[in-house]
Amino acid sequence: MNKLLINAVLISALFFTAAPAKAAVNIFACEPEWGSLATEIGGDAVSVYVASTGRQDPHQVQARPSLIARARSADLVFCTGAELEVGWMPVVLRQAANGKIQPGSPGYLEAASVVSMKEIPQHLDRAEGDVHAAGNPHIQTDPRNFLPVVDALAARLAEIDPTHASIYKARHDAFVAKWRAAIRKWETEAAPLKGMQIAVQHKNWIYLLDWLGLRDVVALEPKPGVPPSSGYLSEVLAKVKASPVKMTIRAAYEDERPSQWLKQNAGVPAVELPFTVGGNDKAKDLFGLFDETIDHLMKGVRP
Amino acid sequence: MKAKRMLGVCAFAATLRALSPAPAYAVTDEDLSQIRQSIKKLEVQHAEDAKHIKELEQRLKVAESMATGEATKAQASQGSPNETPLVTNYQATTSSVPAQAVGPAPAQSGAPTSAGAFNPAIGVTLMGTYAHFSHDPDNAPVPGFALGDEARSLATQGFSLGESEVSLSANIDQALYGQVVLSFPREGGANVEEGFIQTTSLPWGFMIKGGRFLSGIGYLNEQHQHAWDFLDAPLPYRAMLNNQLGDEGVQMRWTAPTETFLQFGAETLRGDSFPATPTHDGAGAQSVFVRAGGDVDESNSWLTSLAYYHADAKDLVTGIDSFTGATHLGIAGLVWKWAPNGNPVQRNLKLQSEFFFRRQDGTFDALAYRGDQTGFYGQAVYQFMPRWSVGARYDQVSANDVGADFAGTTLDNLDHTPHRYSGVLMYDTSEFGRFRLQYNYDDSAPQANQGVMLNYTVNLGAHGAHQY
Repeated sequence: MNKLLINAVLISALFFTAAPAKAAVNIFACEPEWGSLATEIGGDAVSVYVASTGRQDPHQVQARPSLIARARSADLVFCTGAELEVGWMPVVLRQAANGKIQPGSPGYLEAASVVSMKEIPQHLDRAEGDVHAAGNPHIQTDPRNFLPVVDALAARLAEIDPTHASIYKARHDAFVAKWRAAIRKWETEAAPLKGMQIAVQHKNWIYLLDWLGLRDVVALEPKPGVPPSSGYLSEVLAKVKASPVKMTIRAAYEDERPSQWLKQNAGVPAVELPFTVGGNDKAKDLFGLFDETIDHLMKGVRP
Repeated sequence: MKAKRMLGVCAFAATLRALSPAPAYAVTDEDLSQIRQSIKKLEVQHAEDAKHIKELEQRLKVAESMATGEATKAQASQGSPNETPLVTNYQATTSSVPAQAVGPAPAQSGAPTSAGAFNPAIGVTLMGTYAHFSHDPDNAPVPGFALGDEARSLATQGFSLGESEVSLSANIDQALYGQVVLSFPREGGANVEEGFIQTTSLPWGFMIKGGRFLSGIGYLNEQHQHAWDFLDAPLPYRAMLNNQLGDEGVQMRWTAPTETFLQFGAETLRGDSFPATPTHDGAGAQSVFVRAGGDVDESNSWLTSLAYYHADAKDLVTGIDSFTGATHLGIAGLVWKWAPNGNPVQRNLKLQSEFFFRRQDGTFDALAYRGDQTGFYGQAVYQFMPRWSVGARYDQVSANDVGADFAGTTLDNLDHTPHRYSGVLMYDTSEFGRFRLQYNYDDSAPQANQGVMLNYTVNLGAHGAHQY
């Protein structure tokens, strides 16, 4: 009886495995920015699945059954890394048990592994809040970080799928040229922001600040990932009064209340930035993401 | 001096980059000018110098140790930290850098440098509870059910340290993952709660797990107790599985290459756990299960499962009774999760329910016995704001009338349907700390028992990933 059932499972397993794969390379992107980048480089040669949206906190995505199903058939997992996905990807990878995408194999690419990381903690203690040993993982807020990542991605795609290597190379070169031009444009547009003092809601903007020369004088979270108490917010208020800030920036997925509170109590404009592709309706791709980011920052300065 | 060192780091990073199987795409003048700019910036921004240099020095240290390769590795394995500045070697490396290879420095800072880096991830779970029950929680029969050892008590009255757990896990190599979970009950001693290896790289969606593990027959069964929303097992788990089924054996799973999650699994087990005994030369229990799940939209997702478990028992002792025969158990489960825009941080809702059907066939205390039992629980947990959740649960079991032969015994259902109402309030200090206040109105024993439990559950060490 039980042997029969086990045999039935095995037979149905063989039946299902016979189904042919569709696209050349199945890419499982953890965050929307990497999904967009993969589409830019892969074009029709790849099929991209994005595991999270711009309205989700990338730290706290649930390891849903759909993610396991997609990872099961993926040829390449493309994530930020640096422990950003530590709360869910290990489960997805283990449950999917797909040898092609395990860490260390060609089908596993962490963007953070090729980017120069910032805010690497000197010592690790959970009392410091949600800190990442490898540094601040929110690398996608600086467009310059995409340059080494796109190199790594194109090389990896060529390794996994050599038949389309020339396509990846061509699309890579075209993207890089377009991207460099766009960076120059954004830098020109954002020139007035240089040296400006702002507040951040969560410490996930260090790469953006560094790129545009903005200075965050205060964070509305006492420690990364720890929601502010009313006592802490009054400290923030005192700080903001002593050292005025032009605006508070926050990511689209974050609770708007702390920055709205500062707006009401200190008249500091609250600016919601898309943070990633899909963070608002206009941030449809990587170019839209930074168009919107710069646009919102400039509007924050001159409402 | 500082600037010189900085240049050295950049150059070295470039070497690493040139050596790595990285892209052959040319690096342009812009990259060069970027680095020059950042150097200039460093020279100007004296205030930030100290911090930045510190960071760079750390990176340099890593780079040095990597450059020196085997020598450093040998040192590290002897337990000596990478204090020795191996500048000579490092300079030798940098002098051969082709200028055009300069690119953005890859992150090497997180690279492991000591033998300790290969230690498994260590996580510790601590639980402590204060419980107060209106009637003795150690005297809690469920009429119609012969309970396993663990299930005979509802909780420990008063203060108690729950099971403390230590889990160690790591990838063993490119093909295997291993995990051991040791638990330390307050009575003393240690148990191997789980200790298994599983494959990570089998082709065609197969996965095999072997050792001692929590069976995949139920949604709640596969989760560790400290990950449950409620502090205690629902009645069907308590009455039919002695709270939770863990056993030694082999599990095989196959995940279908479909967009909707579809997984089949089979287990063959030693039968060391209630309701089985290790008959048939230590292969006394088997199970099969199938699961399906997916997303309805961005905010809603689901997982459903169906499982069948079979166990043979020879002289399974439960208190003063003994059972010999076969147990057939079917479990059907559904879990539904909702989070606005798929972002559970602010608010989320989790609904879950499992139905149990069990048939036992054999002899109970030397009398011919055939029992048909059912049970289910339904629960909802709602996080109404960050860090705060409330939950409600209803659970019940029922056993058929097994006849006059068993009147007055454990199997006599006393015309009573054991059931319970529970409510829980949870407060999370962070992802790693949780306080819970649970209330039970327990009408499972012939005499209703009310209980209040206040509990903390915390995780130290490795950041465990959460199952769905």
